[in-house]
Amino acid sequence: MVPFAGWQMPLRYGSETAEHQAVRHAAGLFDLSHMGEITVTGAEAGQALDYALTGYLSAMAPGRARYTMICAADGGVLDDLVVYRLGEQEFLVIANAANTSVVFDELVSRASGFDAVVTDATEDYALIAVQGPAAAGILGPLVGGVDLGAMKYYAGAAGSVAGFSVWVARTGYTGEDGFEVFARPADAVAIWDALVAAGTPAGLIPAGLAARDTLRLEAGMPLYGNELGPDLTPFEAGLGRVVKFDKAGDFVGRSALAVLAAAEPARRLVGLTIQSRRIPRHGYPVLADGVVCGTVTSGAPSPTLGQPIAMAYLNAGPGADDAVLAVDIRGEAVPAQLTDLPFYSRSR
Amino acid sequence: MSNPAELRYTAEHEWVSVEGTLASVGITEYAAQQLGDVVYVSLPAVGAAVTAGEPCGEVESVKSVSDLYSPVDGEVTETNTELEDDPSLVNAEPYGLGWIFRVRVAQDGNGDAALPTDLLSAAEYEELTKSAS
Repeated sequence: MVPFAGWQMPLRYGSETAEHQAVRHAAGLFDLSHMGEITVTGAEAGQALDYALTGYLSAMAPGRARYTMICAADGGVLDDLVVYRLGEQEFLVIANAANTSVVFDELVSRASGFDAVVTDATEDYALIAVQGPAAAGILGPLVGGVDLGAMKYYAGAAGSVAGFSVWVARTGYTGEDGFEVFARPADAVAIWDALVAAGTPAGLIPAGLAARDTLRLEAGMPLYGNELGPDLTPFEAGLGRVVKFDKAGDFVGRSALAVLAAAEPARRLVGLTIQSRRIPRHGYPVLADGVVCGTVTSGAPSPTLGQPIAMAYLNAGPGADDAVLAVDIRGEAVPAQLTDLPFYSRSR
Repeated sequence: MSNPAELRYTAEHEWVSVEGTLASVGITEYAAQQLGDVVYVSLPAVGAAVTAGEPCGEVESVKSVSDLYSPVDGEVTETNTELEDDPSLVNAEPYGLGWIFRVRVAQDGNGDAALPTDLLSAAEYEELTKSAS
């Protein structure tokens, strides 16, 4: 167990490599109750979120989900979010644990001119994720009121799991098929135990933060604090598609983001692979022909590729594509190869 | 967790087994559990002089990298090259196949191994890890 944004979180239950492989080949069970849940309700809840976030949430149908961001007025990223539309006038915003209070305060402030109520509901929800190719087969028989097989990716519905009322969604942060179950905290242990009992024969094991990090890294998904932050823009992260300039009305950061969208980003997020046993880690310099040209944001041994991988920001400018790249691993320049993101995509 | 009683330990979570003037060194089960899955061990060079309490290699796990300290003064005589192919031996058998290096320990005036005075017994080491966790 490790302290994490005010919570005690399991870094690993056993071997993080075994947990990673279980998610890729069978299923993993994650306790993500630390994630922030913020509800936005009311007749203008959708419009309030259109103004507060980069996405076009009022255009989203009930029962769907979007990956989006909340930006500062200068276009810097305050957090990346998943937003579910639970009903016509009810949205659920999922924030990173460390950013929940920042996101909540910003949403309250940005929604003030709208007929919408913002509530920090983090303590009202436990979040359990079942991720991996066996997830649908494990969760399906336990679910009531929802046709799990027919549920689209980035969709969700109210129903039950093991008899307890939940919101279940086909979302995740692993690069695999999988589901996230939002439950009442009092029901969470019983749901967890039911999933362990149903999933163990199919190869499901509990998985911790360490496996979650290597899974999302292989899948090329950014982590706030590593690839995203207030000094970085969605365009630098290669995620300009989340900024919906075509939506009606103004939104916070719009004018700054429009300028940023028209210019070449100051840096760009890339993938690197390394032919070595040594691991490039957060903060290590990236060298082009021996000269510092960027910084590693996340690195890990990739269980799927069998070699170290990293995401890194490379400064804009000529050369990186033609240069000999290396990562300065504690004084040793270890050769690195530019690689398209993601490192891993599941076959569909 | 059981730490073999016949071994000596350091506050940096190494163990050392001394036979005559030859010392075998590894990291403790506690250290291996704290590190998580070990993916790479940077071994000291055979023939290198090592100094008690000084770094002489590195242990990389999925989530972190840690210095490997020598518990004794002396000269490296052998390293566990099995770890180059299978660093997970450090997790699986920290006191056995996961040993890391051997040292010819400097001798005192009687020809015995000159060991640092601050090496810990298994009981003392367990006290240390208990208060840390």
